[in-house]
Amino acid sequence: MTLYIKHKQIVVPGELIIDEGKYVVEGKVYCINKRYYSKVLGLVEVDEENKRIKVISLKGKYIPEVGDIVIGKVIDVGLTNWTVDINSPYTAILQVTEVFSKPTSISRNSLSQILDVGDIIIAKVIAFDFTRDPLLTIKESKLGKVTKGTMVEIDPSKIPRLIGKKGSMISMIKDMLDVDIIVGKNGRVIVVGKNPLKEGISTLVIKMIEKEAHTTGLTDRVKIFIEEKLREVKQ
Amino acid sequence: MKISPIKLIDENGRRIDGRLPHEIRKVKIESGVLKNADGSAYIELGNNKIIVAVYGPREVYPKHQALADRALLRCRYSMAPFSVEERKTPSPTRREIELSKVIREALEPAIFLEEYPRTAIDVFIEVLEADGGTRTASITAASVALADAGIPMRDLVTAIAIGKVEGLLVVDLNGLEDQYGEGDMPIAMMPQLGYVTLFQADGRFTAEELKEAFKLANDAIKKIYEEQKQALKRKYLKVAEIGEI
Repeated sequence: MTLYIKHKQIVVPGELIIDEGKYVVEGKVYCINKRYYSKVLGLVEVDEENKRIKVISLKGKYIPEVGDIVIGKVIDVGLTNWTVDINSPYTAILQVTEVFSKPTSISRNSLSQILDVGDIIIAKVIAFDFTRDPLLTIKESKLGKVTKGTMVEIDPSKIPRLIGKKGSMISMIKDMLDVDIIVGKNGRVIVVGKNPLKEGISTLVIKMIEKEAHTTGLTDRVKIFIEEKLREVKQ
Repeated sequence: MKISPIKLIDENGRRIDGRLPHEIRKVKIESGVLKNADGSAYIELGNNKIIVAVYGPREVYPKHQALADRALLRCRYSMAPFSVEERKTPSPTRREIELSKVIREALEPAIFLEEYPRTAIDVFIEVLEADGGTRTASITAASVALADAGIPMRDLVTAIAIGKVEGLLVVDLNGLEDQYGEGDMPIAMMPQLGYVTLFQADGRFTAEELKEAFKLANDAIKKIYEEQKQALKRKYLKVAEIGEI
């Protein structure tokens, strides 16, 4: 059994990772003839302690999964539903029953009064199995229409890096800049802050994380970057 | 067969552009050259200059074309009017339509299309300058662009043409050799897995020549494959270097 790659190495599709054996291999890989190959252009993480290898994609489109919180944009108002763009190859559907908790009779005009084309919503995926378009809900708490803040769009595969280990990265940005950040799994991020300047810095920081997601020691660099920007603002 | 007005191989065994029979032209590949596209690549193989853009997976329009169990792969190979000496009409010719299909079929086995049902992956190939072997160079660049778009693939696809000139097998035909040579055999492979995804041939080849041609193609493909790998990794290593400081 040989390991063909190193920790934090960038691999291309079809690059040999490891023979079947001691390690548990997960992520974007496939197996032929008891050998694991990478499926994507990605980054390898080798966890020697738990004997785990993971291949993480560096780029890619968002594919909905049940339970994901996503940030969508209403693109069409129908008779009993809204069509929502969720930054994915599959457009989502939001039904009237998933908006109100009580049964209500509604005409078409009033539907666009609740949510109109162009509105941004925070929603949760409740059903998706590739055969039909995903269904959303905004019935739960913290979901619903977004009325303020800035929206930033980044590559969906970089979202875990933005959140960091146990939310370390995101909570650091929140604390340092005194803003609230809502992260959608589909690569859209909403920043809400009292100070518009700090909101602006947050968007710069998010863009920086997207660009340097595959490098090490990013948290420290982000910290320095924020401190620098804060000093500039004060002057 | 047309009679060549010039000698394609000189008395020293050198080809018309000074290469040895088994030598490939200079390859340069770059990935991520376009900003709007999800993935892109630029290739220079000798005088060939080709740019490839990949969009997708995305929604299929017109909708009835969508496949229920896998993604739809669409390829468009087109040559710029200025890509050849005599102006080429901008409308798709018979040759371009055929090459689009051939290239699509060479790429299809490498992609995990079943992971994205009801979507489309679009590959646009634009030939800026042509000098023999554009289909092989297009396949090479398209697979880099697909990987750059983050599309899951079994392997990259690498292609090269083997030809016959004055009774001798030569690797990587150029425009003149293609025109006046005795045979042209484009081969595309998945280098890591060793699968052949494209095999065409015109001209006459004996069984021995065929075997020999495959061996030559294999060696050439290995070289180009390294270049493809570097092109994909370079983009991320550049950022990493800035990051480490």
